Amino acid sequence: MITESSIAPRPAGRRRASHLQRMERRHALGFISPAVIGLSVFTVLPVGLAVVMSLFDWPIFGSREFVGLGNYVELLTSSPDFWPALRNSIVFTALYVPINLLLALGLALLLGPRITGRAIFRVLFFIPVVTPIVANALVWKLLLQPDGLLNGLSTTWFGITLPNFLVDQNWAMIAVVVMSVWAGLGYNMLVLTAALEQLPTSVVEAAQIDGARGWRMLSRVTIPLISPSIFFAAVMTFISSLQVFAQPQLLTGGGPGTSTIPLVMFIYNTGFKFQDLGLAAAGAWILFVIIIGMTALQFRAQKRWVHYEH
Amino acid sequence: MSTETLRTSSRRGRLSPATAVVGPGDARRGRRRTSPASRRERIGLIAAYATAIIAALMFATPLVYAFFSALKPSNEVLLAPPQLIGSEVRWQNFAEVFAYAPFTTYILNSFIVSIAGVLVVLFVSATAGYAFGRLRWPGRDVVFVLFLGTLMVPQEVLVIPMFVVMQWFGWVDSYPSLILPWAFTAFGTFLMRQFFRGIPYELEEAARVDGAGPVRTFAQVILPLAGSALAVLAVFTFMNYWNSYLWPLITVNDYSSLGTLPIGLASFATQTGTRWDLQMAASIISMIPTTILVIALQKHLVTGIATSGMGGR
Repeated sequence: MITESSIAPRPAGRRRASHLQRMERRHALGFISPAVIGLSVFTVLPVGLAVVMSLFDWPIFGSREFVGLGNYVELLTSSPDFWPALRNSIVFTALYVPINLLLALGLALLLGPRITGRAIFRVLFFIPVVTPIVANALVWKLLLQPDGLLNGLSTTWFGITLPNFLVDQNWAMIAVVVMSVWAGLGYNMLVLTAALEQLPTSVVEAAQIDGARGWRMLSRVTIPLISPSIFFAAVMTFISSLQVFAQPQLLTGGGPGTSTIPLVMFIYNTGFKFQDLGLAAAGAWILFVIIIGMTALQFRAQKRWVHYEH
Repeated sequence: MSTETLRTSSRRGRLSPATAVVGPGDARRGRRRTSPASRRERIGLIAAYATAIIAALMFATPLVYAFFSALKPSNEVLLAPPQLIGSEVRWQNFAEVFAYAPFTTYILNSFIVSIAGVLVVLFVSATAGYAFGRLRWPGRDVVFVLFLGTLMVPQEVLVIPMFVVMQWFGWVDSYPSLILPWAFTAFGTFLMRQFFRGIPYELEEAARVDGAGPVRTFAQVILPLAGSALAVLAVFTFMNYWNSYLWPLITVNDYSSLGTLPIGLASFATQTGTRWDLQMAASIISMIPTTILVIALQKHLVTGIATSGMGGR
């Protein structure tokens, strides 16, 4: 990659350069303006508006009323569904992130160069990442029905009747997590595969000559070497798991009761079912603060285990 | 020969699995094959294949089950004990989906929105990426950091106010509202900037000396070199639009004219209740385009993830 300083010197006379510079600035303005205008209208404006809206009683239709921090107070003290939604998001994240990463890492290590046809395996595991999540969820909804494949096989083969996963207080969240892991782990598998394929062979061979193998090789050499990618995958997976919406909405509808309503579904319901956009905006800001705060914590914690080669 | 060199040599043999099993070297190394190290290697390899195949079978089961359920008569989908194939194979289920709901419209809309989205994203990202990566102007780096800052705001924070913006523009229930709000992500700009910065400056200088301005240099020198980066961006953007669910759910009320595939499929599932045969057929149909895309691009999957910077390096 070219560094700043290697671009900087240009073999041209002073006057000519300054004329060129002015032309370059004009053109830069032209090149940048579509993105600047678009980001202003579709990101900066909504962010500002979201701040304002969170301070108002703002129905979808009808008159608005300034309520100050009232929406935030309502969420934290009197809204019946906010705390359950927050708890559900935390439970989902705590289950989804480690399971997803462990399985993805396992698959990435398993589907190494010694497996012929690994490209086919990788494509298979990646397919649910790119198919519409709605379709994935419908497939799993059928699979998990009381007379669906899972329970059907279990009763026929073992005579064991499984719980009705999607409406069972204890199992509904687990069902949502399992389905989400199935749909999401292919992405992390590829991220980690890309990292494994870029491993410096010299280091790996040196470790082999030193007698490292098996678990020692994995824990002392391979994983530290790909730890930047594991960290990246962990942060991205963490952020996306706090944003989960479609899977519980389609699999369980948030039920039974409120046991699988995550924060984003709470925000969606508040805004568009109960038409209280102000309260929904306040909820979205709380979600934002949680995401930023937890991500910052992870970046601080990375010094302990992420190994950068610089 | 120490066990370690033996290990390395058998590792090399493994690179082409055919030789590892019955390779020409095997006769010569006949005695060593039974040595504990190489035996452990072979058992390990067999275990690896077995694990991979079992994992793949388990992983594929939902999809296979969905496909065969789509071919059953509707009253046979949920039967105990489960059958793979029903009393008849009903390919007509796939056709019936289109009679039950305007799936042609959903598919068409998804293509329109996804392709238009890709075009806007490519244009905006390439031009802005060029300005950030190749042109010099005051305040460039500050503006770039501000651009990156917008990446921190998740879509969930934006959807609520975005809906109000759409109300102001009169765009609720329209194609622009499905396409434009998410077409100006700083991610594409970042990706293109990183790529453009890697192009040797001499190429551009030569064009400039020939009297080409930045616009011509961009269109005739830089852009043709950026094919791979543009392709990666196009594929990711297409998939994002194709699978987008939350936003269309919010901004589309009139499904019969503006429904996209994900929200059309979700409402189809609610309407048809227990017609699992049709729901599975519709699900399979909606999975086809992106699945084809991935299979076609399978050779580039890993490099695509690695070069797009999404591999964390």
